[in-house]
Amino acid sequence: MEENRNIRDKIRGAFHGYGNNIRQRLDSFRAMNGTDKRRYITDLLLNNAMFIIITLSVIIIAIIEPSFLSVASIVNIVSLTASRLPIALGIAGAIVLTGTDISAGRAVGLTACITASLLQRAGYAGKMFAGIGPLAIPLVILAVCAVGAIIGFVNGFFVAKFKLHPFIVTLSTQLIIYGIVLLYLQIGGNGGQTLSGLDPSYLDFVSGTLFRIGGISVPKYVLYAVILTVLMWVVWNKTVFGKNMFAVGANEEAARVSGVNVFKTVVGVFVLAGITYGFTGFIEGARIGSAASYTGLNYESDAIASCVIGGVSFVGGTGKIGGIVIGVLLLQIIFVGLNFLSVDQNLLYIIKGLIILLACAVDMRKYLKRR
Amino acid sequence: MSEYLLTLEGMSKSFPGVKALDNASLRLKAGSVHALMGENGAGKSTLMKCLFGVYSPDSGKITLDGKEVAFKSSKEALLGGVAMVHQELNLALTRTVYDNMWLGRMPRVIPHLPFVSDRAMIKMTKDLFHRLSIEVDPYAKCGSLSISKRQMLEIARAVSYGARVIVFDEPTSSLNEAEAEKLFSIIDGLKRQGCGIIYISHKMEEILKICDTVTVMRDGRHIATSPADELTEDKIIRLMVGRELTDRYPKRSYTRGDELMRVEGLNCPYNQVRDVGFKLYRGEILGIAGLDGAGRTEVLEALFGLCTRGSGKIILSGKEISNRTPKDAIRNGFAMVTEDRRGSGIFSILSVLDNTVISSLKDNMTLGFISGKRARHHTREYIKRLRIKTPSELTKIGTLSGGNQQKVIFARWLLTGPTVLMLDEPTRGIDVLAKYEIYELIMNLAGEGCGVILVSSEMPELIGLCDRILVMSKGRLAGEVERGASEEKIIELAYKFV
Repeated sequence: MEENRNIRDKIRGAFHGYGNNIRQRLDSFRAMNGTDKRRYITDLLLNNAMFIIITLSVIIIAIIEPSFLSVASIVNIVSLTASRLPIALGIAGAIVLTGTDISAGRAVGLTACITASLLQRAGYAGKMFAGIGPLAIPLVILAVCAVGAIIGFVNGFFVAKFKLHPFIVTLSTQLIIYGIVLLYLQIGGNGGQTLSGLDPSYLDFVSGTLFRIGGISVPKYVLYAVILTVLMWVVWNKTVFGKNMFAVGANEEAARVSGVNVFKTVVGVFVLAGITYGFTGFIEGARIGSAASYTGLNYESDAIASCVIGGVSFVGGTGKIGGIVIGVLLLQIIFVGLNFLSVDQNLLYIIKGLIILLACAVDMRKYLKRR
Repeated sequence: MSEYLLTLEGMSKSFPGVKALDNASLRLKAGSVHALMGENGAGKSTLMKCLFGVYSPDSGKITLDGKEVAFKSSKEALLGGVAMVHQELNLALTRTVYDNMWLGRMPRVIPHLPFVSDRAMIKMTKDLFHRLSIEVDPYAKCGSLSISKRQMLEIARAVSYGARVIVFDEPTSSLNEAEAEKLFSIIDGLKRQGCGIIYISHKMEEILKICDTVTVMRDGRHIATSPADELTEDKIIRLMVGRELTDRYPKRSYTRGDELMRVEGLNCPYNQVRDVGFKLYRGEILGIAGLDGAGRTEVLEALFGLCTRGSGKIILSGKEISNRTPKDAIRNGFAMVTEDRRGSGIFSILSVLDNTVISSLKDNMTLGFISGKRARHHTREYIKRLRIKTPSELTKIGTLSGGNQQKVIFARWLLTGPTVLMLDEPTRGIDVLAKYEIYELIMNLAGEGCGVILVSSEMPELIGLCDRILVMSKGRLAGEVERGASEEKIIELAYKFV
């Protein structure tokens, strides 16, 4: 009882504070003169431009095509979000360090191929490793996460040790990874073919029904994405590593002077990112039902765009897990919505590019120093 | 056990062409506030950088509590009990106050596990702030705090490391009066707890108010140390200046020409420049004196279109001009030698030739393409004329000495045919001989009818070169002195609005 009352008080307190905050803002707004008011409103609109544009587009799409808001469509959007979330959570760390990671998509491709090859059903004609049956799923997860971690370690090591820009490092590693994928697909007379014939237990583990809502099945990987998000939230907010990551991103010199091991932190961020790519690879194999050399292509661009929309700034040191979730969700809403409007597939690329550009420009505006 | 908490003895440090410290010394007692004074470039910051291991001194001995120490980094000094509250503060601005306080040594929920206890951090922060009676919200983001609050954080952090020597570098330069009072009471508290405080400041009034001892430095040397209550502002100024002017400046005759430029009511909304107005005559060398941060550089930048001009007029030869961008300014015959030669002057990995012609590419073209022949011709001409010592015009400018780099910058601007030449600390970090040559160059240009505006922190240089000197204080014009004015007069004006 006591506990409950405490919580109730806390919630009330929080809302009370919020109300006060708004009232204060309103008061200070009233006190401004004309030019300041106009500037304040422009700033407010521009700083929330992405959210405003996306909300408006959802409303417009829903009016034109009401089935956009049907249960099936919403489950679809949520599933897509869940599939793209882990990789965005990984890349976000690199962005917090004022870096980036463009090896993510290829890393997903490699780990998806490895997963698929280890989990083809026994007796399938085109099986890559005919000698061994499908391995235990936990073992495969560990294996691909380890592969991802190694990729991340290489990225992080070159960034931290040689002070190379992450763009250059990951530009190089993504080429190397792609080469490895192509070589891997030659194994066992596979001849570069798409890996399919996946084991039913694997397919069920990833894409099986978690629960049904309105007759529509919600896949299990939504749950995994939720678990991973919670884990990442803890890492970012409740561990020494997470705090150090933000400090290094915000002011590397201050972090160094305070005794933070910058090398370890940077490598750690990239290793963690690599693990999320490995995990995404594991999910993607079953989600798509096959894995090929082009699996994961350009995933990093969506992930980076989501992070920027969600407020993870390239200026460094800022970003919230909640923001990333919203960023991924909003981007998927846009893509699905454009499909509903039967927008040309080719146009999608142009729109994607414009969104990233706009989001970055709006974000940088906050940090410009006037002189 | 010695009676001193910290001593620096016989500290010397040379940089190429400059002797920054020459047998300097400082002795700090526990429980006292010790002011370190001197003009810009007197060696105060170099001495402190030696203490914190940013520079390693050529010779000298530092003892803390009677034991000899040699810190290799500010982190090491911090752990050794010596902390500095910086002018440029070292905080992760996007993070909360409590995160910043315990960065690098965060308390764990359970020892040896990687989980941070926010609760412990917040409690420790609150306790610490309470002890120092600092009112800062531990949850606030550092970036949202005022400079004075950020400074309080730095102090609190130093105290939390158990620092016994705390160095304050110009701590009140960006504080208002009430904030400064608050700072003084905190310093007083630290003093009572037995800390030794080294206090670097230009502000006489506050030094006489809060300091127990004053040490004055000049030209990298220790000049005097005496109890603050035996000193007056006049005495300190005399100690700080106290040098004889020898014949370090070329002679010249000057007769005031026509009015070349008039500036009226210059304001910079994003910088500290308020209602600055002055006239510049043909052939005149007009100096601008003032303390660091008085807005001298900003005036030049505003005239050159580098920083936004809120209001104000620039009238050149009777015609109002706008100078919205440096490109406009150059077209109108302005040239500017910037203060930070490495940062905004030279392109260090490009050749002398590229550095020379960069501002006058249009004059080095034939048929719309850069003419290598013409550019080479111009560069060689100026190498000869300005006696630039360089193996060839294709040498990278970064490999030349400071003086020769500066001459290349002058060549760059001379090629644009300037009528208003603005020089911001043109002889900083340049050896004596090259300085003399640059002085000659400036005088010749003035003799040819240019108007020269010279910003310098070296008082003798201003007095030796200028026909008239404007003195700025806190972004405003504090006054104007004619040729032959005394340093004391200028310093007095520089402190007018401080």
